[in-house]
Amino acid sequence: MNINYEKKDKLLIVEITEEIDHHAVEKIRRKVDDGITRYMPRKTIFDFSRVTFMDSAGIGMIIGRYKMMKLIGGSLEIVNISSTVKRILEMSGINKIIPLEGKKEVV
Amino acid sequence: MYDNEMRLEFLSKSSNEAFARITVAAFAAQLDPTIEELADIKTAVSEAVTNSIIHGYENMEGIIKIKGRIIKNTVELEISDTGKGIENVELARKPLYTTKANLERSGMGFTIMESFMDEVEIDSVLGLGTKVIMRKKIKKHIEDLDEILSVGGVC
Repeated sequence: MNINYEKKDKLLIVEITEEIDHHAVEKIRRKVDDGITRYMPRKTIFDFSRVTFMDSAGIGMIIGRYKMMKLIGGSLEIVNISSTVKRILEMSGINKIIPLEGKKEVV
Repeated sequence: MYDNEMRLEFLSKSSNEAFARITVAAFAAQLDPTIEELADIKTAVSEAVTNSIIHGYENMEGIIKIKGRIIKNTVELEISDTGKGIENVELARKPLYTTKANLERSGMGFTIMESFMDEVEIDSVLGLGTKVIMRKKIKKHIEDLDEILSVGGVC
């Protein structure tokens, strides 16, 4: 995974490159939480363009980061989601609170 | 009788979650499933194995067994542990119900298994373990098309 902070727009951009399961979320969670507490971003953007697999562990991880961003007055967005990942997110109702963008270029 | 069968045994380590779902997917691939059907199976396996690791063994070391069978065009998977068992299966099946909210678990595991597979049976005895049996029929897309064409229904 790659994490970048864009100072100008106060954006924390998290590009996830691994399959998201219970094993992977421990590391993702730790790194993203580090980034959020260090930079206090206005918005955290998860770029899912390289995510080929996600199970329910991903739902918990996303909701946890959403709550954290809300706590510091920021927001969370997920971009470039594949149709299989989207099905899981919709099943959980996450799409009602977190914007799921289709294709979007993240620099 | 079964057309094919495989057995898999591994330690309840989270690094084996990917191993389990990829191996089962390779076994199921014999039925020529679509990418979506294969993703469904992988996700369901991942959920069941994760449940055994987190809930069954509560992150202690144990053995998880997977029995895979192919019966005509159906994949049958039996995923079992000898962990602590589920106190209330009906409750565990409910969407968003989790006993591990502190670990950021979403409570969607069984809901995902149920919606991605055709059948999900849960057999659990407190103190003895849990067995989840799941079945999914793989639609024979290419054969069906051949059949339609050979019958001559399409001119």
